[in-house]
Amino acid sequence: MNPSETLSDKEVGLGWHPKRVLLVLLIFSIVMMFAAFTSGYIVRRDEGNWREFDLPFSLLINSIIIALSSASMQWAYAAARKDEIGRVKTGMTVALVLGLAFLVGQYYSFGDLVAGNTYFGGADANPSGSFVYVLMGVHAFHLVTGLVFLAVVLRRVLNYQVHSRALLSIGNATLYWHFLGGLWLYLYLFLLLNH
Amino acid sequence: MSDMAAKPNLSPSVQEAQGGRGSSPVPATEHGDHLHHDDHEHHDQHWLWKYVFSQDHKTIAKQFLITGMIWAILGGTLSSLFRLQLGWPEGSMQWLTPFLGKWIQAGKLNPEFYLALVTMHGTIMVFFVLTAGLSGTFSNFLIPLQVGARDMASGFMNMLSYWFFFLSSIVMFSSLFIETGPASAGWTIYPPLSALPQSIPGSGAGMTLWLVSMALFIVSQLLGGVNYVTTVINMRTRGMSMSKLPLTIWAFFLTAILGILSFPVLFSAALLLIFDRSFGTSFFLSDIYIAGQALSNQGGSPVLFQHLFWFLGHPEVYIVIMPAMGMVSEVLATNARKPIFGYRAMIGSLIGISLLSFVVWAHHMFVTGMNPFLGSVFMFLTLIIAVPSGVKVFNWLATLWRGNIRFTAAMLFSIGFVSLFIAGGLTGIILGNATLDIQMHNTYFVVAHFHLVMGSSAFFGLFAGVYHWFPKMFGRMMDEKLGYIHFWLTFVGVYLVFMPMHYVGIAGFPRRYYAWTGFDAFSQFADLNKFISIAAILAFFGQFIFIFNFFYSIFRGRRATQNPWNSTTLEWTTPVNPGHGNWPGEIPAVYRWPYDYSKPGSEVDFIPQNVPYSKTQSSNLPYEQDMAE
Repeated sequence: MNPSETLSDKEVGLGWHPKRVLLVLLIFSIVMMFAAFTSGYIVRRDEGNWREFDLPFSLLINSIIIALSSASMQWAYAAARKDEIGRVKTGMTVALVLGLAFLVGQYYSFGDLVAGNTYFGGADANPSGSFVYVLMGVHAFHLVTGLVFLAVVLRRVLNYQVHSRALLSIGNATLYWHFLGGLWLYLYLFLLLNH
Repeated sequence: MSDMAAKPNLSPSVQEAQGGRGSSPVPATEHGDHLHHDDHEHHDQHWLWKYVFSQDHKTIAKQFLITGMIWAILGGTLSSLFRLQLGWPEGSMQWLTPFLGKWIQAGKLNPEFYLALVTMHGTIMVFFVLTAGLSGTFSNFLIPLQVGARDMASGFMNMLSYWFFFLSSIVMFSSLFIETGPASAGWTIYPPLSALPQSIPGSGAGMTLWLVSMALFIVSQLLGGVNYVTTVINMRTRGMSMSKLPLTIWAFFLTAILGILSFPVLFSAALLLIFDRSFGTSFFLSDIYIAGQALSNQGGSPVLFQHLFWFLGHPEVYIVIMPAMGMVSEVLATNARKPIFGYRAMIGSLIGISLLSFVVWAHHMFVTGMNPFLGSVFMFLTLIIAVPSGVKVFNWLATLWRGNIRFTAAMLFSIGFVSLFIAGGLTGIILGNATLDIQMHNTYFVVAHFHLVMGSSAFFGLFAGVYHWFPKMFGRMMDEKLGYIHFWLTFVGVYLVFMPMHYVGIAGFPRRYYAWTGFDAFSQFADLNKFISIAAILAFFGQFIFIFNFFYSIFRGRRATQNPWNSTTLEWTTPVNPGHGNWPGEIPAVYRWPYDYSKPGSEVDFIPQNVPYSKTQSSNLPYEQDMAE
């Protein structure tokens, strides 16, 4: 686009910035990936030869952590709208730390799963358990991309590039972070109902 | 030209590559998120950034096209090799030893290598040529030009899309040269054959490379697809409402949406297969004895893989065919000098096909022992696709009806597309019936069906697109005479190859067999197989006329004028060789739909989209006259 042109020279799309549209489309593709995993899970379970397993209690704690992280991110976003940059820094830092804590928590949950005789691979594994690791692992991978995104935006905040008239990057980061948190809550609920 | 365009029109993302800061492809207009580009000196682009790591959608399109052409030659060569085997199963292939080395043993093609040939032919043609080479080329090239945008929404992601494809190509290509040979479990890589390295040599390192390559390919498709959709949604010029978009753009738009929704599912399937192969899980494996040994894997289901695979696999065939449909609509209307018949019905049928494509995947699995009731549901949904497909075919024919047809090479290929789509589509109605499919599933009837309706048709769409938009890509014309020769050789060749396949298929001739001479029932088809092989190899060599024409015309072709086909769409309002940014001045605004050909009362037989109604008083319809005032 020519620097002298503005988006208002364009036909109105969804009323969203192109980067927001790109992000939403990428979220759709991630949704489809997990839709494939979870529907595969159900189809596979209904065919029998399916080992029941216990979900470790630590997953509940992790879920609370990720929900708090999302809340903190939302608080930071609201602060950015009001130009309260100090609170933005605090909120995002808390969200980042809680995100990391969630990852560490998931790692410990892997240990709990193994302790409960639910294995990823090997002779004692059943697809039921393998699916849990895949769901958690692929979600964790996306969470890492989310953390990188948050870190990049936090750096912009520290450079005073985010404020009430420059909300796009923090808005996108908030959207993606809420999506990842919501995705985990969906996966947790799914496993809770279907283990 | 590009120098002139470079400074004012350069997309900000390129400025970033030259030293600007920030990550937004869009300047600080609505959101002040993004700061200062003005702190750098202008200098001429290094050739590396201009031709290799370019973020210009036109250059990226050409990169996709030429990579796709290289893959197409390779894919065609592989098919010629296995047609040699099928046509002359008793013949000596000693003369191929210099090329194939150890894959020729005692004058015979190695049977395992035959499987590899078929697998790689399918993979290359479906993914690398007809997905990346077709929609990668033309979505990139035409979307910004036809919607009136300076470039894609994110030039950087667009560049990444090509380089992920390139990387994926390198990995797939290298798998052809490894000791155990490339993947050999068919392009659908069904487990357990593909999951167990000890099952066939091709399921070893070749399969691993196949999976890595496809993972990279999927990333490339997603990066490209989200860009195409965003560009269509957000970057249309003033006046270009969704109901004024050329049908090409509608087709690319829906194709990209299909890709965004279906490729992640293939990624899931590939990931689970990787875990099964290398990490000891059992998603697709259960109760397997191999070489007298029981495997510990239990609880898996190979049919689950088929579900996941075909959930991508079926939309994938529409990802292949829909861009061709869009381009053919455009070329037919332009060269028949008539508006496309049923513009809104064309859009509606594209949307219908897109929606239906997600609910028919199990018609590839009628023989997996699925519940017959479930089969009849999928059969019903599959047969409904005949409706939107029929709408399209009738609209194309009605567009041609009493048109003032100009038989350019692109037009011939478009008409050829319609012909092949009908011929191949009719057998789709036969195969969509579960009862008939169970009978024919493993015969050449299926091979004939999908090669006509999806393989050859999509190739014809690709050729039509190249002949039609070549002047915009390279500023020169392709040779028409060579184009005619290329068309007739290909058109006749394709029918000579695939028509007899229907016959041998109905007669029960099985697909996937390396040698069929041991069976009395099939040896009567020896002559017909020889005939098919000769036709296939001749048709393949006919393509080199196109290759020659293409590269010769880039350098020596007749110079093109700005709008050689007297077309109405926006890309022909750019200079003959548009620079980065496409229009040196302002982007034209759009006032009318893209099919004002031979409009009664008009002095010329086409009115471009950027001509306002106030300038065409003599041809305006009453409601258009209202808009002019």
